[in-house]
This record gives sequence, C-alpha cells and structure tokens, in this order.
Amino acid sequence: MVQATTRSIEFPAREFHGPAHATGFWRTYVFSTDHKVIGIQYGLTALCFLLLGFFLILAMRWQIAHPGEPIPLVGWFLEKVLGSPASRGIMSPDLYNMFGAMHGTIMVFLAIVPLAVGAFGNYLVPLMIGANDMAFPRLNMISYQLYFLGGVVMLASFLIPGGAAQAGWTSYSPLATVIPTDGQTFWLIGMVLLITSSLLGSINIITTIVQLRAPGLTWMRLPFFVWAQLAASFLLLLAFPPLEAAGIMQLMDKVAGTSFFLPTGLAVGGATAQISGGGSPLLWQHLFWFLAHPEVYVLILPAMGIVAEVLANNIRKPLWGYRTMVYAVLTLSFLSFIVWAHHMYLTGMGTRISTFFQTTTIIISIPSVILLTCLLMSLWGGSIRIHTPMLFALAFLPMFGIGGLTGLPLGFAASDIQLHDTYYVIGHFHYVVAPGTIFALFAGIYHWFPKLTGRRMNEFWGRVHFWCSFLFMNAVFLPMFAQGFAGMLRRMADGGLSYSARISPGVEGTLSDFILGLNNYILWAAVGLGLAQLPFIINLFWSIWRGERVQGDNPWQATTLEWQTPTPPPHGNFLRLPQVYRGPYEYGRLDEDGDYLPQDRPPVAHTR
Amino acid sequence: MEIAYTVHARPDTGVYNAKLGMWLFLASEVMLFGGLFSAYVFLRVGAPPDTWPQGWLNVPLGTLNTLLLAASAVTTFLAWAACKARRLDQFKLHTGLTLLLGCIFLGIKGYEYHDKWTHYELRLKDGRIAEGHLVGPKSTAEAVVLKGRWVEDRRQLLDGRRSRGTWQELTIPRADIDRMQNYAPRHNTFLAIYYTMTGLHGLHVLGGVVVFAYLWGPGSRLWHVDPEHFTNRVEVAGLFWHFVDLVWIFLFPVLYLS
Repeated sequence: MVQATTRSIEFPAREFHGPAHATGFWRTYVFSTDHKVIGIQYGLTALCFLLLGFFLILAMRWQIAHPGEPIPLVGWFLEKVLGSPASRGIMSPDLYNMFGAMHGTIMVFLAIVPLAVGAFGNYLVPLMIGANDMAFPRLNMISYQLYFLGGVVMLASFLIPGGAAQAGWTSYSPLATVIPTDGQTFWLIGMVLLITSSLLGSINIITTIVQLRAPGLTWMRLPFFVWAQLAASFLLLLAFPPLEAAGIMQLMDKVAGTSFFLPTGLAVGGATAQISGGGSPLLWQHLFWFLAHPEVYVLILPAMGIVAEVLANNIRKPLWGYRTMVYAVLTLSFLSFIVWAHHMYLTGMGTRISTFFQTTTIIISIPSVILLTCLLMSLWGGSIRIHTPMLFALAFLPMFGIGGLTGLPLGFAASDIQLHDTYYVIGHFHYVVAPGTIFALFAGIYHWFPKLTGRRMNEFWGRVHFWCSFLFMNAVFLPMFAQGFAGMLRRMADGGLSYSARISPGVEGTLSDFILGLNNYILWAAVGLGLAQLPFIINLFWSIWRGERVQGDNPWQATTLEWQTPTPPPHGNFLRLPQVYRGPYEYGRLDEDGDYLPQDRPPVAHTR
Repeated sequence: MEIAYTVHARPDTGVYNAKLGMWLFLASEVMLFGGLFSAYVFLRVGAPPDTWPQGWLNVPLGTLNTLLLAASAVTTFLAWAACKARRLDQFKLHTGLTLLLGCIFLGIKGYEYHDKWTHYELRLKDGRIAEGHLVGPKSTAEAVVLKGRWVEDRRQLLDGRRSRGTWQELTIPRADIDRMQNYAPRHNTFLAIYYTMTGLHGLHVLGGVVVFAYLWGPGSRLWHVDPEHFTNRVEVAGLFWHFVDLVWIFLFPVLYLS
C-alpha cells in the first residue's frame, strides 16, 4: 500500500469524445493508429515468428540427434524451398549454421521482444495509465510496419542464392564478413529496420508513460508492469544505437570493402585477403554485446512485469516490497549497461578488464534476486487463486530462478573457461528466456485475453497446455547442463559426434555415449514441447469466437485501470477521463464490499 | 479523439510530447555517434605503427564548414524566436538562410568526397609508388596520367601536410602498374571511418534540410491554423539541427585536426 503524496497540480480539462466514427477495413485493421490494434498486430506476427523459430530449432535438433539422416516429414519440403543446402532432405552444415543464426535472430528480435514490448507494451501501457492512446499514434503504426518489413527481409534471405546469414545471431566478424554469400548483408539490412522500429517504439512508450498518466497517477502508483516497460524501453533506446553503428560498419566491410573488423594479415580460404586490414574483431564484440546484454533484460523485465500483475491479482494482497522492486528494476537497468564484456572472457581482452566485468556481473545479481524474492515473498499469506495464468506465473519463479543461478558460474571468469561456448550456456540462457519469459508471456495472454475479446480461454486445455509445456521445457533444457559440463560445444552440426567416444574410442576427454545419447532424448522432448503448444493454438482461436463469455468488464476483480474500461476497450479506451486515488494493488481490503479497491474508485467517507 | 499535451506542456513535466520525444531520440543519437566515436578511438589506438595518416583532409574547407553550421545554428534559433514573436516573414527569412547554409555545407562535403575519390595511390611492378589526382581526360587505355608525385616509402604518404606544391603531371604506362587504388573507404581504416562518420552526419544534415524545407514550404500552412503547434514543430526541428551541429563540432577536430 503506497501512500504517495500528490502535489496538487491543475490539469487542464480535456474533452473526451465518445467511441470513434466508423472507418474502413484497411484503416481499422491494417493501417490502424489505435494502440490496441497495433498491439494485436505485433502479438500475432510475433507468435508466428515464435513458431517459425521453434520449427528451425526442431529441424536442427533432428540433425544433432541423427547427424546426416534425412529429416522426416519436412525434409522434401526444405529441399524444394532451399535447394542444395538441404539436398536429399539432409541438413548440410551450411543449412545448420543458417538455421542456427536465424533461430537466434528470429527468437530474440522478431518474436520475444516484439511480443513483450511491442504487443504487451502497446496494448496495456496506455490502458494501465489511463491514456486514450500512445503519445505518437502514427509513429506507432510506422514502428510496426518497420518491424514487419524487417521480418520480411529476414525471411527473404532464406530464398536468395547461398541462403540466410550463417555466422550465428552474434554475427562475429571476420567470420560474418568473409562468408561469400549475401545472407549477412540481408541480415544487416533487416537489423537496421528492426533497430529503427524498436527505437521509435521505445520513444513512444517512454513519452506515453511520462506525459499521459491520468491525473492522480503518480510515479509510485504506477503498476509494476508499467515500470518494467519503462525500464525496458530505456534499454532499447540507449543500447540499440551502438549495434546500429556496428551494423553500419559491418555493412561497410561487406559492401564497400573496408576493414573495420578485419585484422591485418587475415587469410581466407588459405590466401591472404585483399583488404587494407588494421581493423579489430574485438571491436565488433564490444559493440555487439553492449546491445546484446541489455537486450537480455529487455527480454526479462516485461516478463517480470506481467508476472507481478498476474501474481498480485491472484494472491489477493498487495505485492510485497513494491517500492523495493521499483528501485531494483531501475538499478538493474543501469547496471545492465556495464556488464557486457562477461560474454568475452575468452577473447584475450585482458584479465584486468575481465576482473572489472566480473565484479559488475556479480553485483547485478543483487537486484535480480531482490525482484525474484519480492515476488516469492508476496505469496506468503495470500489467498491464492489457481488457474492457468496463475500457474504460468508461478512456474516462472523457479524456472527463472534456475536460469539466474546457473548464470553465476558463467559470470566468474575462472569457471567460465570450462563452460564458455558449451551447451551449459545454452541451457542457462534458455531457462531464462523459454520457461522464464515465454511462460510469463503465456500467463499474460491467458490473463488479458478476456479484456481483448470479452471471452475466457478454456481452462481445461489451458492446464493441459501448462503441465505439458512445463514437463517438456525441463526435459529439453535440463540435460543440456550435463552436456555442457562434459564439454560438449554448441554450434556443431553433428551434435558432438566428431568428438565422441564412438568415433575415437579410448581417447581421454571424449564425449561419452550417455552424453551423446541425451541428444536423442532432447529431440523427442522438443517434439513433445511442440505438440504441447497445439492445445494453446487451438484454444486461442477457438476462444476468440466460441469461448465462454465473461460477466462484466472486470472478470478477475482487478484493481488496475485497464480493467475499468468497457470490454473490449473502444477506440479512445475510456468513457471518461479516469482520476486515480491510490496505488495499484489494493487487494484484500476487508472494509470494502469486494476484497479490492480499483485505482479510480473515489474514496468513500466512512462513518464509524 | 485527441491526445493530451500535443501542443501545450504538461504542468508537472513541463514539456509537450514532441519535445520529450525529440530529447529521447537525441539521447539515442548520442549513443549512435558515441558508438562510432568509440570505434574511432579503439581503431586508432590499436592501429599498427605507421598506418594512421595525418593531415589528409582540407583544414580550410573544414573550418569553413564549421563556421557555416555554427551560423546556421544562429539562424535556426532566430527562426524559432520569430515564430514566438508571431512573425512568419522573419521565420521564412531565417529558415531560408538555414536551408542555404545547410546546402552549401553539403556541397562542400561533396567536393571533399570527390577530391578523395579521384585521389589515387599507384604501386608499380618495380616497387615505386606514385600518388596524385587522376587526370581523367588525358588518361588512356595505355597510360594513366596523374597530377602528383613519386615517393620512396609508403610512410611518406601518411603525412599530407607537406609537398602539395611540388605536384606535377606524371604519365605512367598501365603495363607497369601493379596495384591502383583510389582514396575510397576501403583504402585504409582512417578513410573508412572518415567516410562512415561524415557520411552518416551528412545524412543527418540532409534529413534536417528536408524537414526545414517542409516547414518553410507546405508545412507552414499549419501556421494559419495553429501557430503555437507550428512553433513547437520549429523548436523540435531546431533541437535536432543543434544536435547535428554539435556532432560536427566533435567530428571536425577528431578527423581534420588530429
């Protein structure tokens, strides 16, 4: 319960026009400037990319488990579309690299960030702060279009001769520059579009939060989700431009023949490259990770925001330590700018620099632990309602916990020497993002679905979706820690076969049959994970038209402003300008007729 | 449906939406150019010995360009002040001057690019090195004509401040040439970063010119509907223009004088 004191500020009276005039199909659904439509556009596009990114990795998992065998079911299709890299339906190392690079790119830049910030941020932020739209509606539309265009460029790169980028989502130079296909050029152009899109989007979200808060909605009365979006937007705003600079330089290397990232004496294919040299491969890594580490927090902060909202609503009591969480999220965002080189301990950048970044990396675990602890402590003494969104939100806590704690050995330079570039890193990162962020996003979808459509998603199939996903997620990622400890490297197109005891028996340090055998196990767990999403996909579309109708505008008895609107919210959102009287989590109040007090309900003078 | 605070400032934050948006955009621009300047430092500090050139750029022209942009900062400010004083004619005059100065800046930048683009380094098969500007009309399929000089050692090329006066016309048979390369971005790291940074800055100048041209021309119709809204647009465009000037203030010493 936050008692923020308000300076009395005179807000000029604003006119609120009623629900909007009718517009045509194109203006309503395609070139819309309504933040809710744009949010849904982002959401649906990003979910498609999420599925595509999953299919890419599924094909790769087949190749890892059964190197050199034709991919069942889709092999012929890949050969038809992609040609020689997939000849006879077998995944060639080139295709493996292509899929690997594009899986990372699609998942991070085209699926999770657009879903977490583009979809949830766009749809919910104006509603939660009592605004009738984003601050710059047309800019908002342009952000989505640029994102879409970036996605099209990325997809088109699969179809050009030589195929898509092959140098990993990190695109390390000189490798990325010297691969003699145009995939990397397409990747860079696509990235410039995506960066511009998220830049405009983040400006819009920050301006909206700062400028368009309803009267009475002071900073410490903002829902935690809004704080998380604000922090994530600042990260996008300030961390992406250096990557844009790096992207421009790599594009120059690729197109204009410069040597920004190419060192003197570089040999390509056995011959000295015809370049001026003098560049630095380390420079690319610095600029890349200056973005890509804050990017991890862009992936996780909105997810934490969603979990906080769903949790607070379903424990029926205020979040424990709301203020602490706000300060933790701000500290976390600041610190995330000075930890990037912990991705580079093994590059030879020097032990002093490693020591510095090791220190900051360990410090950043403090605010992360504070956030998780506050969410965990909030459960104590709550009257918990269990249903699908709550299950996903609850599962987020231990899953993100595993992801976070397994990160510590990577943060120390000494233990990182063993673990760097192994499957351990894959396991760690995916625990943060897959059962972490994606579960939170699922929680958000189930939670806010009634607001979007006026109908609930089916509870039984929601639970089936949850329990199967939970089981298979862990079955996929837990064995990777064991593989990583055994020294199995990532990015090997044969899944470690060349370094296994099968190929060279009796050699010290080779991968055992057990470690290699886990690959097959992971493959089938991943197939199971894919099948577990079928109930979700069917449930989502079925419920839009056939789901059970909700009673009233506020089916979860929530306090925040987005539930105090008509369902679904009309163009312009609110029927009248809301006035906010209190903090966001006034649950469990016994003095009221319900057990909750919405932010905009005027206080009643009690006579006692 | 109307968005709040598009024209008037919100009382507790003190700004209108577009102004805050522009400041945020400029923050990201600082990071963009910051990334490039960091790259410059990183590459220059790490450059192998005897590879970083000095004095290759034309300092008088660079100084002139600096003065032009500084003057345009003043005219931009006066244009905004004219709007505040509700004088559209004065606004048109000062914005016109800004446009003119911006265009001259771009013209001079174009001339400098052209000067570098036609500057060649020739390595002959016998090891001799020539540098100079290609004399296009006189060059044939058999021989290249340069207005330039011979140097013994490649390191002599690195200092561009001396020997300009001693250039003369050299005719070199193409059969003797081992390698011929102009001063394009791929020539060395200095030129690469010079073209990249000034090119990106030039695009920003061009963007500013387009915006001011719009405000000067068709965009000024808004004046007659909502002069305050129009003044805000001029202010926000001016913020951007000042930032572009500021970037040049850093680019000039870093690239031309050091």
